[in-house]
Order: sequence, then C-alpha cells, then structure tokens
Amino acid sequence: MIDEIYKADWGRLLSGLIRAVGDFDVAEEALQDAFAAAVTEWAANAPRNPRAWLYGTARHKAIDKLRRRARLSAMAAALSADEEAAAPALADDSAVPDERLRLIFTCCHPALAPEAQVALTLRTLCGLTTEEIARAFLVPPATMAQRLVRAKSKIRAAGIPYQVPSFEELPARASMVMAVVYLVFNEGYSAAQGDALIRHDLCAEAIRLARLLRALPPVPVRELDALLALMLLHDARRDARTDAEGEMVPLAEQDRTRWNRTQIEEGIALVKDALRHAPAGPYALEAAIAAVHAEASRAQDTDWRQIALLYERLHSLHPSPVVALNRAVAVAMADGPAAALPLVDALADELGSYHLWHATRADLLHRLGRREEAIAAWKRAHELATNDAERRFLTRRIQGTSLT
Amino acid sequence: MQYLLLIYENEKRFEHGYDPKEMADYQAFGKEFASKIQGGKALKPTSDATTVKVRDGKRLTTDGPFAETKEQLGGFYLVDAKDIDEAIHMASKIPGARFGSVEVRPIMTFS
Repeated sequence: MIDEIYKADWGRLLSGLIRAVGDFDVAEEALQDAFAAAVTEWAANAPRNPRAWLYGTARHKAIDKLRRRARLSAMAAALSADEEAAAPALADDSAVPDERLRLIFTCCHPALAPEAQVALTLRTLCGLTTEEIARAFLVPPATMAQRLVRAKSKIRAAGIPYQVPSFEELPARASMVMAVVYLVFNEGYSAAQGDALIRHDLCAEAIRLARLLRALPPVPVRELDALLALMLLHDARRDARTDAEGEMVPLAEQDRTRWNRTQIEEGIALVKDALRHAPAGPYALEAAIAAVHAEASRAQDTDWRQIALLYERLHSLHPSPVVALNRAVAVAMADGPAAALPLVDALADELGSYHLWHATRADLLHRLGRREEAIAAWKRAHELATNDAERRFLTRRIQGTSLT
Repeated sequence: MQYLLLIYENEKRFEHGYDPKEMADYQAFGKEFASKIQGGKALKPTSDATTVKVRDGKRLTTDGPFAETKEQLGGFYLVDAKDIDEAIHMASKIPGARFGSVEVRPIMTFS
C-alpha cells in the first residue's frame, strides 16, 4: 500500500509541503522520512487515512528540521503556532492541500535551465528518484543529483516564487510547462535506451500533468487540449506496441483491438474541438495525425493522403527533417515507394545519423525490390539504434529479407 | 528581495551621444517603478575604465575594463521586488533590454 501511495500521491503531498514550509529540501527530506516511518509503524497499526497521516507526519518532521536549522526560525514559529489548530483536521483527506498546479510553474520557471526544469518536474511532481531520472536522460546519477541541487538552490536564492503566473504572462508560461510535459511523455513513449521500449509510468505522469494544467481556470492556451489529445491517442496504442515477449510491433502490424478505445474517444473529441479553433498549432496537427490512425480499424484503411497533408501543414509551421521524413512515409503509403524515395534521399545530409531514416529507406528499397541495398540500410539503422527492442526488431527485418 | 539589474549593451551605440527618445524612456521607467528602485546609475564607457588588482601586496593598475566583451556593463538599478517574477518584469521594461541584455542578480544577504 505504501508503494502505491508513493507512486500516486508523492507529487501532491510534496507540493503541499513545499508550499507550507517554503523549502524544497526540507519538504523532500521530511516526506521521505515520513514514508520511512510509515513502513515500520503501519505494520502494527495502519492509520484510517494514510495520506493525511503521511502529510501530518511529514509536516511535523519538517518543522523539527526547520527548528534545528534555526535558519528559518520565524517560519518555524509561525508553522507550529497553527499546528495545534490544524492537527484535528488532518484526520481526513481534505486536509492535504493540492498545490501541484502552483508548483509546476515553479519547476518549469524560465530562470531554470531547460534540462533542470524537466528533472525537477519529474522529481517533485512525479516522484521519480534521482537515479531513475538520470537513467532516462542518459547522464550519471551524480550529474543528475548535482543538477537538482543547483536548481533547488537557485529557486531559494533567486526568489523564484510558488505561484501561478499573472494573467498576462500565463500563455507564455503555460507553453513552457506544456513543452516540459511533452518531453516527459516522449521520454516515456520512446525510452532512449535499455530494454523496455515504453516507460508507462512517464507517459501516465505526463497525461496526469496535462489534466492538472487544464484545471487552471483561465487557461488561454487552446494547444493544451491538443497536447492532451496527442498524448492520449499515442498512449492508447501502448498495449499493442509490444508483443508478449516485449518485442516492438510496428503500427501496421499492431492488433488494433488492443488499442484503448476509451482513450481514443476522449482524444478524438479533444482534437475535433481543438481543430475547430483555427489556426491549428503543432500539437493539434500531430494529434490530428494520431486521430486519423486511430480511426482506421485496419491498417489498410488508413487515410494516408490525409496524413501526408497534415504532415505538410506541420512542416510549413515547424520545418524539421523528421517531420519531412514522416511526410515521405505517408506519401509512400498513398502513392507508392517510388514517389517517396526521392523525398527520403533528399534528407540524407540532415538525417544521415538517424536510425529511423535508414530504416525508412530500407523499407522503401525493399518494397522496390532492391534487396541488397535494403539490407545494407537496415544494417546501418541497426548500428545507429540505441534501444534494445528497436535493435532486435531491425535484426528480424534483416534476417527476414535475407531469407526471402 | 533585493536584485541588481545590470544593463549590458554594445557601448558603440552611445559613441555619438544619447538618443533623446531613449532618455525619455529611461525617465518614464524611473517614474513607473519609483517605489521599487533603490538606486541606479549609468556608467561612462569602458574606455574610461581602470582595473586595479593587488598581488603579493603589490598594486597593479591597468587601463581598460577587467575583460574585453562584445557587450559592456553600461548601467544598473538596485531594486526591491517581491520575487524574481517582479524583477524580471522590471528588467524587461528597461529600454536597454531592447538593444542588449539585462542580467538579474539577487543581492546576497549575510546573516
């Protein structure tokens, strides 16, 4: 049970504590101590309301720590003064304040380095350990720990506030938070290295953070609905993206009955709403592409021409070689590999070290009957891929082509 | 909290004097944030700067700024702001921010 609460409620408990004591480190240590105490104490006597117990215990421990440090003595005095009054109320869940929305703007403050924003959000709001975050971003744990310490000390020293930005700054600041949320999602959706292709918990956290942001009363950023839709639609394919052995299954071969229909319906409704309000931004266009895939009950029913068009619009909004590559894939599906190969080859300079560029080329060459060249391209893709599941997938492709 | 807002821009822009329109903008800035500004000055160009250091008890005096940079410190404000958001808001209103950069530095307090 403690593990479950840790996973589900760490962010809410911690953001409440940070707000109450005004110090990241004290709040984090106190909450960790409270969880440690829970392990021994709950075995004998589990509390009626575990969250309130954890929050109350952590709050006491935080006050003790502040007193011992005596650095924030005024704060400690103020806290212990209302401590008695607050104690009885802690019996129920409503006594645990939800300050996550306020805290996400602190974690994603532009005065912090972008990589620190992502790390701090994952640590504080999602409860990932420093080691887990380090692994996700391919840096040594000591480097990540240092990054977090530096960010937290800047919040204190530079006076980065715990508050939702003013109305006039909200659109720009909300966009920054959305970018961090999407980074978290992508990190989960396509784990950069290691064995597992998808880190479900990161995807779920990103979706949760987006839902949380939508609770902001005047969110003037329509792209937020689009971002949530985009993540829901991609995440809906989660169970079908890997087979029983954990091997990667490409979109065309996925068992579409295993897609999460509830998430797809919610996602499609959100996209339609987002697209109604022109002009569509990048999240809306990407969500629309995911929606076209989701609407095809069989791979061969996919409206590739529509997808190619959406990629074209996305490219005119945000020119990027990866978007151009995706457009080429859609063109290949709509008009055949011969039409797409020149589009792919034109991207050689920009994407020559990207494994999916080689894999895409290999696929087109294979469909054009140029087997030797296809195998060479798949081999190059295999050399460049860093995710084990993707590499095994490419190995199977190479073997399959050699045999036929 | 106190912050020092340091205004960096290419001082070549002021070789032939100051633009009256820009001066008026600075005056308007000073008026708008009068209750927040605790001090502030413009500096003469780095060609008038002298750098002093003491090594082994010996004083070394050289002509020029301590480092040659593309943008130079041209002035500063000492402000009292609620938090960094307010300090950033003020920094963005300094006319120099449109040409160069304004660095926001929290003031150290020793307890």
